[in-house]
Amino acid sequence: MCLGIPGKITDIYQINGLSMGKVDFDGVIREACLAYVPEAQVGDYTIIHVGFALNIISEQEANETLDLLRQIADFEAELGPDPKAIE
Amino acid sequence: MKHQNEYRDAHLVEGVIADIRRKVTQPWVLMEICGGQTHAIMRYGLDQLLPPEIELVHGPGCPVCVTSLELIDKALTIAAQPGVIFTSYGDMLRVPGSGQDLFSIRASGGDVRVVYSPLDAIKIAEQNPDKEVVFFAIGFETTAPANVMSVLQAQSLKLTNYSILVSHVCVPPAMHAILSSPDNRVQAFLAAGHVCAVMGYWEYAPIANQYQVPIVVTGFEPLDIVHGIQMAVQQLEEGRVEVENAYPRTVTYEGNQPAQKVINQVFESCDRKWRGIGMIPESGWRLRPEFAAFDAETRFQVGYIQSAESPLCIAGQILQGIKKPYECTAFGGLCTPEHPLGATMVSSEGACAAYYKYSIIHL
Repeated sequence: MCLGIPGKITDIYQINGLSMGKVDFDGVIREACLAYVPEAQVGDYTIIHVGFALNIISEQEANETLDLLRQIADFEAELGPDPKAIE
Repeated sequence: MKHQNEYRDAHLVEGVIADIRRKVTQPWVLMEICGGQTHAIMRYGLDQLLPPEIELVHGPGCPVCVTSLELIDKALTIAAQPGVIFTSYGDMLRVPGSGQDLFSIRASGGDVRVVYSPLDAIKIAEQNPDKEVVFFAIGFETTAPANVMSVLQAQSLKLTNYSILVSHVCVPPAMHAILSSPDNRVQAFLAAGHVCAVMGYWEYAPIANQYQVPIVVTGFEPLDIVHGIQMAVQQLEEGRVEVENAYPRTVTYEGNQPAQKVINQVFESCDRKWRGIGMIPESGWRLRPEFAAFDAETRFQVGYIQSAESPLCIAGQILQGIKKPYECTAFGGLCTPEHPLGATMVSSEGACAAYYKYSIIHL
């Protein structure tokens, strides 16, 4: 139920005084309400839940998390299989 | 899709699991709060990849599952009335009340419609001024911004034929209820990422401190989930108790403040009955008195309805992590997704339905 899908904002406009936008989910374009992300810019990635943008995704945080996890995975690959895993 | 595919990388998932395996020295019980995470764990078989020391128990974070029988019976009563268009997220249609479900109301002539967003219900209200349009506003904190915005839109469009049946629940009081139970087994939590996208995670430090449980804000992709587990296990192994964030690309400490402001403008805190668990004080939201005109419970006078659960169903114990679905005598026999006895079998995010769908067999 609390599913949120990442998408890219491609257009921002107003309907009935409400900030709305077009969001591209890998080629599928849907309308979403952007009222809660006043900082949104065209080109930003956002998480959409029941037609509402919950937040703008931070590119910097995403890169930092992935860098950290790549380091962990590379380190584990260097160590080789854990003896406990082959028991 | 960017910000999704990267977190389905098998090499990275395996690497993080190897790190967990190397660090873990004793058994730990972790609870993922959110039904979306339960579903992802089962779908990707993440529980099977983890070292045997790590046990995942599945929390009450599925709003479809925990919406009380009473509220579903109220929804059914309203939806059966002539002149009503009853709108709901699709997940709620199959949830059985005491007798029927919304599908059977529709089959017997009721106008029940599935909407993707509450703003779609607003459009239906605009297009049908001679009908009463009711929206079943279920959800956790994640869904509240959308549901409250529909009320403000109805107000600004001067719609007098729109109301919502509110069944909102909040995560922190449920964590208190689980942790203060004498049967509690949970030693660390994966907090629900999208709840925290809205609310931030400032609410969780008092819980972590009071019960001495690590809490890690966790996302929904396989790599997000194993990352959350890795951070929680690391805390447990090091004897630390902190609230950490494994989903910082989407979640900030403060959360979405414009959304919190609007939620507080429209909703106020209330006691709420959780299906399978019972009453949890201050665990839900209802409309503030100034929005009473949009309250379907008042408008349709269904406050009197009271209902009781099936005695066979152990959903309450499952939702608190005390029992697993296969420990229920009805699981897979009397109770299946086609004929659910209780809440956790109804929604695809319910623990029983996830176990049934992904054939988790325990001999």
